[in-house]
Amino acid sequence: MFKFGTRKMVATGIGAALFMVLFMFVKVPSWVPETQFQTAYALGSLMAVLFGPIAGFLIQFIGHALSDAIQYGSPWWSWVFASGVSGFVFGLAYKRTGVEVGEFKTRGVITFNVIQVIGNVVAWLVVAPLLDVVVYSEPAQLAFTQGAVAALMNVVSCGVLGSLLLFAWAKAVPSRGSLE
Amino acid sequence: MTLFNYSYEDTVIHRLSGLTKLLGFLMLTGVVMYTYDIRIFLFILVFSFTLLRIAHIPLRKLKLVFLYVGIFLVINFFLAYLFSPDYGTEVYGSSTLIFQIAGNYDVTWEQLFYQVSKLLKYASVIPLGIIFLFTTDPSEFASSLNTIFVPYKVTYAVALTLRHFPDIQKEYTTISKAQQARGLDISKKTSFWHRFRNAVATMVPLIFSSLERIDVITNAMHLRGFSKHRTRTWYSFRPMKAPDGVALAICLAVVAGAACIAIFVNHGRFYNPFV
Repeated sequence: MFKFGTRKMVATGIGAALFMVLFMFVKVPSWVPETQFQTAYALGSLMAVLFGPIAGFLIQFIGHALSDAIQYGSPWWSWVFASGVSGFVFGLAYKRTGVEVGEFKTRGVITFNVIQVIGNVVAWLVVAPLLDVVVYSEPAQLAFTQGAVAALMNVVSCGVLGSLLLFAWAKAVPSRGSLE
Repeated sequence: MTLFNYSYEDTVIHRLSGLTKLLGFLMLTGVVMYTYDIRIFLFILVFSFTLLRIAHIPLRKLKLVFLYVGIFLVINFFLAYLFSPDYGTEVYGSSTLIFQIAGNYDVTWEQLFYQVSKLLKYASVIPLGIIFLFTTDPSEFASSLNTIFVPYKVTYAVALTLRHFPDIQKEYTTISKAQQARGLDISKKTSFWHRFRNAVATMVPLIFSSLERIDVITNAMHLRGFSKHRTRTWYSFRPMKAPDGVALAICLAVVAGAACIAIFVNHGRFYNPFV
């Protein structure tokens, strides 16, 4: 799970580039004005499930840091780090959902979603607001409210889009015993 | 659409080593991150726009950035006021009324000063990220990250990201236009469930075609014996030269200056003109 070979390294590079593109250009508007679902986290959860926690951390960390650098000039480090943390937690689903052998069934869906909810809650309700207050001396109430909104949005994004992407991936992989 | 692509030009900034630029970037943004002094922000603002000039990056390349930051700043400005209208009073320890609204939503000079400082805090670093990405050769950057003990597989991943981002951005534009031509829409005009389904229809071809690249690149690297050893040498490595020293000295001077102001003048992170 924690080995980081050439394939995972390349997956990290390409994954982070994809994360950047989605993070900057593909946002799904929600009911609330001026808030959007970040499709990038759905990709992040897919990649983390396929390539493990280290790739998951790096994809979201590098991807978020570089797209912040392009969009805002300087990465907002507390949220960049929180992105990395959530990627790491998503990666704990590595080889636990059956996606890599083409079987993404009820059990896999539940495992994935439990892990992604934990990851998002830890990252956006704990890590991001705490660092916001400590590092950037943001007002605590604002930081935690923003964190709560982000947690909710990303849970939906990973839960709906991430699951759909995993279904698509499982379908594309020849499933175990399909040659019999 | 602007492609965020490294392209070589012969300027002082381009000739600096990637490590120098990374350290300088971290130092300058670190200063802005830590302090809350409007004078320092103004200085960094002028400084970073001067660097932009020196690096021959035309302002129109920053159009998208200005748009994003602009929207972000406006929203943040109002949210900050909505959620903590007396944070300025809390920070500066005094309260000078400008005009009354209701409850604790009275507008004070402290709050206004805090929020204007915050605005400049974001604005002052806008050009730095762009300068870094436009003037740094990805391979050379990977080699210099490796010299500060970041594992080479991680630095290689960063280099791959920087190399493939423009390609994937182009591919995204093609796929997105093709799907729009088919009538797939992810904006507010369609129902909620359709937005998600249509987003997937754009994401799946983009992701799957990019994931195919992974196998191609991995095989190519395996064939060339990548990751046989624990360390590696770099073809594009450039040793630090005199201009690197000068650039780092300037950045260090800025950091030292800001630290002195924070310790001896402001006695903390915030500059308080209300005492």
